Amino acid sequence: MENIIQVDTLRKEFKSYSSRSGLKGAFRDLFTRNYKVIPAVKDISFTIKKGEMVGYIGENGAGKSTSIKMLTGILTPTSGSVVVNGMNPHKEREKFVRSIGVVFGQRSQLWWDIAVQESFRLLKKVYHVPDHVYESHMNHVIESLDIGPLLDKPVRKLSLGQRMRCELAAALLHNPSLLFLDEPTIGLDVLVKLKIRNFLKEINQKYQTTVLLTTHDLTDIEALCERVIMLDEGQIIYDGRLSKLKSSWGEGKQIEFQFADPKIEKLNLAVLTNDLQTEWTSGNKKNVWVANVVNDEELISEVIARVVAAHKITDIKIHEITTEEIIRNIYEEGVIQ
Amino acid sequence: MSKYVEMIRIRFLMMLAYRTNYYSGILIYSINIGAYYFLWNAIYGEKASIEGMSVLQMTSYVAVAWMARAFYFNNIDREIAQEIKEGKVAVEFIRPYHYLIMKTMQGLGEGLFRLFFFSVPGMVIVALIFPISFSASGITWLFFSTSIVFSFIINTQINLLTGILTFFFFNNDGLIRAKRVIIDLFSGLLLPISFYPGWAQQVMNFLPFQAISYIPSMIFTDGMTGSAVYNALWFQLIWAILLIVPIQFLWIIAKKQLIVQGG
Repeated sequence: MENIIQVDTLRKEFKSYSSRSGLKGAFRDLFTRNYKVIPAVKDISFTIKKGEMVGYIGENGAGKSTSIKMLTGILTPTSGSVVVNGMNPHKEREKFVRSIGVVFGQRSQLWWDIAVQESFRLLKKVYHVPDHVYESHMNHVIESLDIGPLLDKPVRKLSLGQRMRCELAAALLHNPSLLFLDEPTIGLDVLVKLKIRNFLKEINQKYQTTVLLTTHDLTDIEALCERVIMLDEGQIIYDGRLSKLKSSWGEGKQIEFQFADPKIEKLNLAVLTNDLQTEWTSGNKKNVWVANVVNDEELISEVIARVVAAHKITDIKIHEITTEEIIRNIYEEGVIQ
Repeated sequence: MSKYVEMIRIRFLMMLAYRTNYYSGILIYSINIGAYYFLWNAIYGEKASIEGMSVLQMTSYVAVAWMARAFYFNNIDREIAQEIKEGKVAVEFIRPYHYLIMKTMQGLGEGLFRLFFFSVPGMVIVALIFPISFSASGITWLFFSTSIVFSFIINTQINLLTGILTFFFFNNDGLIRAKRVIIDLFSGLLLPISFYPGWAQQVMNFLPFQAISYIPSMIFTDGMTGSAVYNALWFQLIWAILLIVPIQFLWIIAKKQLIVQGG
């Protein structure tokens, strides 16, 4: 399959100045300033193929937004090359942006004071979408996102969830082959999130739309993306399947016991399972102890059997390590094995 | 091209969305015209003319200068500054159009709205209340129309320049305010250029500001006739072309060093 996005040793540096301290420092700042060059994105390379849905994740300030802005042609790279849809985003901006759709969760691209349908009408003209294409495509989008009743309302009167669905429809109005989503579900409730996810899946299947999704909500990524690219301090620290990330990092399971007897101690439990590979930690509630074990059916059964046989319990839960925890671990340790 | 026309329409809709602004605008302009009318009447007193202008010409000058201002005036410098400060300019860059042309079209939409729904009816009302001389000759009206189109172009170009400077200063409210005062003063809105001392008139001949208000108002009041009109229109045309150079220059640099603020 062809590469939709091709990024090679991409780098972006920002020049920023630091203020000197105190009144004297402030006066000195009037004349000369201390400039510092801060690299936001450090020589990253990756490729994305047509039809892929890729999660682009990283902490705040990891360089996600900066790299997305370079991919969309808003920012000029300091060095390195970007080829998206066969074009250099910055050089051929007007032609290039016709082939992409962008949703910024934190800023609106609809016109604030006018009805949604007027924004759509303007965008239709801007992207030269012919009437019949617009009719068939947009009717479907409007129906799937359930925004029909919102079209005649001014954007400022919409709720966040309503607005976000309209933003998504606006970004897809010209049926772009590549869609950038920068935190599209920020602050949305579960139902709206589900609706948006289902819609994205459908669009991806129907038109082979490539999607690059940035989000802090990992459930979005789990629901949509098979592949993740993880950024930390401007560098890619992981690029591969989400399932692989989970299997290599989230191997263990946690068995959480709540005991009836308040006098249970770690020692009692450790004795019970001393010949099994188990590590006991105290839970976050009273009388709750957690056994950390590897993901092995027999081991799990054996641990449960022994504990239940020896002590009365009031509750038991088995946790799988969540993606969120995996990612937290990765950031804390800072490396990928 | 149709997208730019559509933008004019959108701007019309936006103007209609804020009716209070529209009504308060009418009030403010009427007060201004009224105040200047009485002020100039007091200054003229018994004198038939000052600097070659009769009191009737003067009051017509004031009325038409303010009504023309409703057409050429816009706040796109402030809007550009705000879009840059809030980072909204990022959204504008992912659209397949030229940002500055789109801004100009928004200004034009605003200008046309005020011309039809504000200046024209306003002028009729003003003419009923105050004695104002309208030129009878069609050619004067033609020159005047051409002239206010240039007023719009030049004023918008200056606004674009001021707006683009926000890319470099990040906060240029001061500059925007200064620009507004300079234009009101040097464009001949408050005082016809011919009332300034000779040396100041000399200096202003090298600046674009009188093309904004003085030239169309003088043409309208027949204060400028014959070859002077042609010279004035040439003056406007040359400035309209000259101003493209710094705008284009700054725009290219601005795009290169664009930093989208806030995320």
